[in-house]
Parts: sequence; C-alpha cells; structure tokens
Amino acid sequence: MNTATTANGHPAPHGAGHYGGVLRWLTTTNHKDIGTMYLTFSLLMFFVGGSMILAVRAELFSPGLQLMQPEFFNQLVGVHALVMIFAALMPAATGFANWMLPLMIGAPDMALPRLNNWGFWLLPPAALLLTLPFFLALFGIGDGALATGWTFYAPLSVQGGMGVDFAILAVHIFGISSIMGSINVIVTIFNMRAPGMTLMKMPLFAWGWLITAFLLLATLPVLAGAVTMLLTDRHFGTQFFDAAGGGDPILFQHLFWFFGHPEVYILLLPVWGLMPHVLATFSRKPAYGYKAQVYSFIAIGVLSLVVWAHHFFTAGLPVPALIYFMFSTMAISIPLAVLFFCWIATMWKGAMTFETPMLFAVGFIVLFGIAGLTGLILADVAADAQYHHSYFVVAHFHYALFTGGIMGVMTGVYYWLPKWTGHMYSEKLGKLHFWLTVFSFNLTFMPQFFLGLAGMPRRIPDYALQFAEFNAISSVGAMILGVSQLLFAWNIWSCIRGGEKAEARVWEGADGLEWELPSPPPHHSWETQPVIK
Amino acid sequence: MEQVQPTPRNHNRLVTRLLLLVAGAFLFAFAMVPLYNVLCEVTGFNGKTSAGFVAGGLKTGAAPEPVSRVDTGRLIRIEFTGTVMPGLPWEMRPLKVSMDVHPGELQQVSYLVRNTADRTITGQAVPSVTPGQAAQHFEKIECFCFDQQTLAPGEAQEMPLAFIVSPEVDRNISHITLSYAFFSIEGQRRTLSATAEAR
Repeated sequence: MNTATTANGHPAPHGAGHYGGVLRWLTTTNHKDIGTMYLTFSLLMFFVGGSMILAVRAELFSPGLQLMQPEFFNQLVGVHALVMIFAALMPAATGFANWMLPLMIGAPDMALPRLNNWGFWLLPPAALLLTLPFFLALFGIGDGALATGWTFYAPLSVQGGMGVDFAILAVHIFGISSIMGSINVIVTIFNMRAPGMTLMKMPLFAWGWLITAFLLLATLPVLAGAVTMLLTDRHFGTQFFDAAGGGDPILFQHLFWFFGHPEVYILLLPVWGLMPHVLATFSRKPAYGYKAQVYSFIAIGVLSLVVWAHHFFTAGLPVPALIYFMFSTMAISIPLAVLFFCWIATMWKGAMTFETPMLFAVGFIVLFGIAGLTGLILADVAADAQYHHSYFVVAHFHYALFTGGIMGVMTGVYYWLPKWTGHMYSEKLGKLHFWLTVFSFNLTFMPQFFLGLAGMPRRIPDYALQFAEFNAISSVGAMILGVSQLLFAWNIWSCIRGGEKAEARVWEGADGLEWELPSPPPHHSWETQPVIK
Repeated sequence: MEQVQPTPRNHNRLVTRLLLLVAGAFLFAFAMVPLYNVLCEVTGFNGKTSAGFVAGGLKTGAAPEPVSRVDTGRLIRIEFTGTVMPGLPWEMRPLKVSMDVHPGELQQVSYLVRNTADRTITGQAVPSVTPGQAAQHFEKIECFCFDQQTLAPGEAQEMPLAFIVSPEVDRNISHITLSYAFFSIEGQRRTLSATAEAR
C-alpha cells in the first residue's frame, strides 16, 4: 500500500513544492492542506465564539447589570451564534470533507481544487467583517456589532446600526464559501469515486455530507436573498419587511427559517455520517443497517425543507398551518429514531473498547437523545406557547448543536487525528477532556431547562431573583466547559508536534480505504485509484 | 489491492447544473414575496383584508358581492382599535370602541386622529383583521386607509370608515377586531397607494 507515494511521475499540477512558508498556504490546492486550514480556522473561531459567550455567562452569574450594558450583551449573544455556526461548525465539517472524502472514496483530490482554495480563503475576511464592528466601536466608530440576535428579525434589523450591515455582508461571504465547498463535495462524490464504488457502497460519512451539500445549495441562496432584501430595505428604500410600505415582517421569518431549519441538519448530517464509522470501529462490528441509515439521511434531508415554521409558532400563524408544521416536525423523529436504533444496534454485543473517540460517540448518543426528546416537546404547538423564546429553547438547541455538532466534530478529530498527523494523541488527556466536557456541559445546560420551564426569557441580560441559583450554577458550568477546551487544543498541538507513531490502520477495528494509506498519508494519495469489488 | 489510473472526467456539466440550482434557490427567495402576498390574500392568513373593494368603488373585474341580503338572525361584535407607530407624533382613537352588526349591513364609524406636532405630517394607516378567517369577509367600502392622510400642525380629523361584514362569514365567529397601525411615511420614497390597493 505505498503506490500513492510513487505514482507521481509527472510534474504535480498543484501542491507542496511550489512555494514555501505563507505562500504555500495561500496558494495550495491540495485537499489535505485545505482541510488542515479549515480545521485550524474552525478551532480558532470556536475559541472566539466561546469567549463571547463566557462574557455573557459572567454577566448572567447574578441578577442585575454588573459587567456590561444591555446593548453590548445583545451583540455578544448574536455574534456568538453566527461565529459558532458559520465560522466554527460549518468550516469544521468542510475541513473533514476536504481531508477525508478523497481518502475514503479513493479519489486523488477534490474535483475542483482551485475553487477549494478560494472557498477557504473567503472565510477569514468574512469572520473579520462579522467581528470588526466590536473593534470599530472601541474607536468610536459605529455602535458595535449586530445586536439583533443571530436571526436578524425584521423590523429590528431594519432599524439596527451598521453592525447589521457588516453581519449581512459576512453572511453573504460565508454563504458563497459554503456553496463552493458544497459544489466541490457533490462533484467529487459523483465523479471521482474509485471504480466499483457504487453510491450504495459509499462510506456513510460521504452520504451524510452529500445530503448536507444538497441542503446547503437549496437553502443558503434563500438566506442570501432574505438578507439582500434586508440590506435594500435598510439602504435603498424598498419595503419587503416594512408593514407601512406593504411589506411583512413575518415574511422575513419564513425566509430565514426556510434556511435556518435545514441549517440544523446541515450541521448535524456530517456528524451522523461519521458516527457509524466510529461506533463500528470500536465495537469491532460492521455498521448496522447501512441502507436504513442512508434512507434516513435522505428522508431527514427532504423533511427538513418543509418544517421551518415551528420556529415561530407564536407569530400568529393560522391554525391549519400550525397543525401541519407540528405534525411534519414530529415526523422527523421517525427517521431520526431509525438512526439512533442503528447506532445502538452497531454497538450491540460488540467487542467494545472506550478510547476517546468512542467515549465522545457514546456521549453524543446519550446527550443528543436529550436534544431530540426536548425537541419533540417544543414541536407541540400547545406546549410551545409556554416554552417559546425561553431558556428551555436555549438548552434544547445546545444539546443539539453542542453535543450533536461540536462533540460530534471532536469525535471525528480524535478518530482521525492520528491519521492526519501520524502521531497518537494523549489518550489520558483525551479522556480527561471528555469527562470534563460532559460534566460541565450538563452543569451548564441542564439548569437552563428548569429556568426555561420557570419562565426565564432568553437574550435578556437581567433576570428576576428566583432564577439566581440556577443561573449561578449554569455560569460556573460554562466557565469549566470553556477552560476544559484548552485541553483539547493542547492535545491537538502536542499530537502535531510529536508522539507515539501511528500505524496505517490506527484503530484495530477500523475499516475503509482511508486506513489503507500510511499515517500521515503522503501529500498525493490515490493517484492510482483502488478498485472496489 | 488492485489499482487503476483514474479516468479524467469533465466536471463542467455537473457544476453548471448545481449552479443553476443555486440560482433557482436565490430567485425562489424573491418569488416568495409575491407568492406570500397572494397566499395571505386568498386565505385571509395574517389578517389581510379582502381586495374586492378599493377607494372609489369596486375594483374593475371583481364581481359585485350580493350585499343586499342582510342576515338579521345573528349579531357580530366589531371591536375597533388603533396604534400609532413610533416616529409619528399623532394620537388616534376610535369614536366607538365596539358595535354590534348584522352580517350584510352597511355600517359607518370614525376614528379621531390628531397631529400633536407643530408641523404638517403625512401618514398611512395599515389595517389588520383578527381572526384571520374573518378577514376575507370584512369588506371596507370606504376607508381612510385607502389614501395617505395629511394633518396640519395640531389639526384633528374624524376619519371615516364604511364596511360590510359579508353574510358568508363563518357562523362560529362572534367577535371581529379591526386594528389600524398608523405609520409615518416621511422619507419613504415609494408611493403607498399601490399598497393600499393590495389591502
């Protein structure tokens, strides 16, 4: 299994060797380099977004205003969400796709390498645009960043300061980057699979990403359209969302959530695709129910496009619409339950060991299950009237996106890190990181369910005295959670620098083309493609 | 493991199709604007009132409703309310808070609107009817919301409204609320008459 290193008989059209230093990274079209850049950027922004919310939790430690004014609080809350979604989670998933898809499907590189480079290098300017108003405000320019919450609801966003414009343009650029990444994934999967690898023999990770890519292409342009209308409403006298001019603010909510709901699955599907690989590896059994999982991915992808209005049940929708959106939302739990069943069945009677990736995978199943069940409660129109816009919702979507999204990404990082770097990470630190994360995550967000049930509204810097204890617990949990992530960064850093040499098949039970290549894989891999029987 | 040279594939066709999908999705967002209006108007969702009547009579093409039939068998309580939106230094209140009407009866009411500022200001009222199912059957024959209204400094005006609740309105509906939001239209470039017509 070393043909990949030798097959490079002709001058390489791209990759290392052209330039050194910074120019190499600026001009690289190699999928592994670009994957590394995506993942590094994502980790960096994870800490940026995390620091913002730690400031928020510090303010919420006790009732009253101690550290900041409400305006600044509002900015932190909204930009935290946009950073975590667009600059941390989505780039992490794209980083995985870049690094692993070609290795897993036996392709020499991504199909459109130059587009790939461009897709990555759009991200830093977008992140800069999003956060720049914070710094401009320090110099007395403007009134700070987006303060509407990440949802940009009109008419607040029509009236907001220039932070809204910065955020709109940042979202446009993030969107273009994601669309380019998605086109690349789809073309790579359709055109560059190893001979003999039919779609139904493809690794589940590729399936998860394929559905994600199609969802992105179908919904991100709708968000782009919505924020474009917002921009023209703000500056060019149109009145799409202004009731005085014949527009309708509820229309914005429809457009936003037409993107916003599939976005949840865009963040989750790559992780769902990854899970069966990890569970199968550490249970030393093949993944259970391959076809069922593929069909569930497709079903969830399609359903996610038709359930958006459950995000604003209280906006005054007519009853028939409420009933439709309630039932279609609940219907998603059926394919999702199939996935849960397959994950558990994969572990059933397996020869399980609990290395760090497996710990994260099992933690993911348990905690993400809580997200699913609380989601069912929120999907109930009658119950939602009480829970809407409360901390119950905050806790619910952090169980979905922190455990489902971020812990899923951590699963993948620990699983593939030895493959990427050629070194084993510290298992001891990894396990410590896992237990600290799970403990402090629950300490942070479990109390928020109770806060929400007791009626504490989200996005407000102050609260009534009866909420004080739970908020203090939640803030302490958040601080531990934040600090624990430094272990993660340190573990990755040490693993890059050195450590025990990793074998080609890093994990005993691992199966798939990526484990046929040495660790780390050569700069150019699968230049002659493997043939799948 | 057996290995082969990769077959070079042309990606242009697939990329073009995917770009078309992206363009289609972008246009879909804008197509939602008229589609959403049409949907709300046809179904009365969102409290949009019937477009059958406009200032100065029936809209051309719309068949006149047989309004002669008055359903004296039941009464519906109509409640009037109004809000002045921020940025417009006006006050408004209905002269009657509520009235009981038979479906099919032509009724008239007025709102008292006063300009509290020391300059002439133009405003536009936008109506909304609750519950939404009743919106289609709430027909305004004459309404100050059909036009922009201009008030001199300190001027107060009684602004009239004539309406019929169509006898086709659902029998379960006993209360209808008509609410106006008065907006300032200073500094807005587009004329609002088109808007009023759509209402």
